[in-house]
Amino acid sequence: MQYLTDPSSPGLPAALWLAAGGLALAAIAGAALFRPSLLRVVRNTSRWFTLPVLAALAVLLLPALGFAQDAATAAPPPTPNKGDTAWMLTSTALVLLMSVPALALFYGGLVRTKNMLSVLMQVFVGFSLITVLWCVYGYSLAFTTGSGSTSAFVGGFSRLFLKGTFDWQTGLSLGATFSKGTPMYELVFVAFQATFAAITCCLILGSLVERIKFSAILLFLVIWFTFSYCPVAHMVWFWAGPDAYTSPNVVDATNATAGLLWQWGALDFAGGTVVHINSGVAGLVGAFVLGKRIGLGREAMAPHNLTLTMVGASLLWFGWFGFNAGSALEANGSASLAFMNTYLATACAVLSWMFAEWIIKGKPSMLGAASGAVAGLVAITPAAGNVGIPGAFVIGLAAGVVCFWGVTGLKRLIKADDSLDVFGVHAVGGTLGALLTGIFNSPDLGGPGLVTDWVTMKMGYPGIWVQFLIQAKAVGLVIVWTAAVAFVAFWLVKLVMGLRVSEEEEREGLDITVHGERAYTS
Amino acid sequence: MKLVAAIIRPFKVDDVRRAIADLGLQGLTVTDVLGLGQQPVPREFYRSAEYAIDLAPRTKIEVAVDDAVLEPVIEAIGNVARTGQKGDGKIFVLDLVQVVRIRTSEIGAAAI
Repeated sequence: MQYLTDPSSPGLPAALWLAAGGLALAAIAGAALFRPSLLRVVRNTSRWFTLPVLAALAVLLLPALGFAQDAATAAPPPTPNKGDTAWMLTSTALVLLMSVPALALFYGGLVRTKNMLSVLMQVFVGFSLITVLWCVYGYSLAFTTGSGSTSAFVGGFSRLFLKGTFDWQTGLSLGATFSKGTPMYELVFVAFQATFAAITCCLILGSLVERIKFSAILLFLVIWFTFSYCPVAHMVWFWAGPDAYTSPNVVDATNATAGLLWQWGALDFAGGTVVHINSGVAGLVGAFVLGKRIGLGREAMAPHNLTLTMVGASLLWFGWFGFNAGSALEANGSASLAFMNTYLATACAVLSWMFAEWIIKGKPSMLGAASGAVAGLVAITPAAGNVGIPGAFVIGLAAGVVCFWGVTGLKRLIKADDSLDVFGVHAVGGTLGALLTGIFNSPDLGGPGLVTDWVTMKMGYPGIWVQFLIQAKAVGLVIVWTAAVAFVAFWLVKLVMGLRVSEEEEREGLDITVHGERAYTS
Repeated sequence: MKLVAAIIRPFKVDDVRRAIADLGLQGLTVTDVLGLGQQPVPREFYRSAEYAIDLAPRTKIEVAVDDAVLEPVIEAIGNVARTGQKGDGKIFVLDLVQVVRIRTSEIGAAAI
């Protein structure tokens, strides 16, 4: 099996392999078009004939992937490490799992039976929509160099439709990690980040369930993704990479190409600001604009299946290892630290939420334990590779208690129908985590510190108060930005097509009225 | 003829069925219902939402009886279904105007 960066592909000239691959594809496409007749043939054909034929077709196809190498001349300088690539591909799949089905089930179990499918549908389709938009223009806006005065806020269009990430003669383009001389395939980074963009948008749905129009969701996500997610991701995470810092005299100019919050020195390992505060605040704004569910406070709106919610929370925990440890971009010590911090903080948060609930409400509940886990995962997200084990303990224990308040006391103060507590868990947890990251990054508190000089890769730490203020400024900016964009976006959609389904549809249930299906038939 | 409808705690169903069978009665109908009476009301809470669950799961057993065995049936069901706690349930006795066995078209007492 030949891979794209291997220049020693054997045998037949490229054109012949291309033709063979094309013929095989045409055969499969033709078979798909003439399905009924094919089914008859397949049923009457021995599997001992079919299997070798299929295997031969597969063998024909594979070298078509390697044909690019005939034109390669010199071997490129450092190539991505296979371990790093394997880990990043795995992480990407893990983060996909966090959306489908983890988040879908976590949210789905919390709504009433009559709305289960609508939640699954909104997450599943929302995820797919954002993935496509990401590959069309989102990645370009977030992770390329912008131009002029807006370059600190948003990128450009040089990677529209992912142009330039793959060329049949030069192979896959390379991007930076956090180590010098250690590239990664840019497409892997594109895929990894696509899953982040998608899940962020899906998180917002939790505030809007059981009453929002499906078409309104789709339009809102397009607008918010474009004007909030992509710019915030650019501001926090876009930079030139360690290899651009070749000598002290290029440092200032190189820094100036990065996103605004990156230039401020804000620490956000895997997305406390970009993902959680961003979506949590947008969700709350949506809850205000959308209005409460009919019958809230009078009618029973208990979760219809906490078993599925627990399954969802567990899958979220599993997938989050890809989310946090994968954000190290390499299979290295940073990823290992992030992995352990994620594991420990979450377990701590389960306990602290559970004990808080036990003391205050009288009984420890499954929903509480599951919510505690999610709160811990959220809070450790910006901190994962930026704090040490003491930080994980503190952040986890704090997240359980603070987010418990976020979904009870604070929620009663705010009085909006943030149905599934997106603000209480994600915005509150993300803010807590972002602020504590600044503190527990300190080597005096067991943290790894941060890189203060990308030329020499020297580690340092500006001091607890200084870093805390930077974090606070970053959190503040993101809150204001996303609230403004969300407010405008929701109102735009409301004016264009309306946000809510009709009262009869809401009472009947969205599954049957919007999607024409029932989740459960007995 | 009378229709005895007993609303009892779900875990008492097997005991009541045995008691009815011991009296020689075979047929009965069992339905899951929700009931409200004097039982204490438990609270459920999901994050910030709290619910008073006043409708409790109960089971309704309906059995058609001859007037002659009515009192023994009522006493048997009552003794077996009683726990002494609030929420034990009720026995309703309704006048049964007609009974038909569908298979044979027998009517009246022969159909019970």
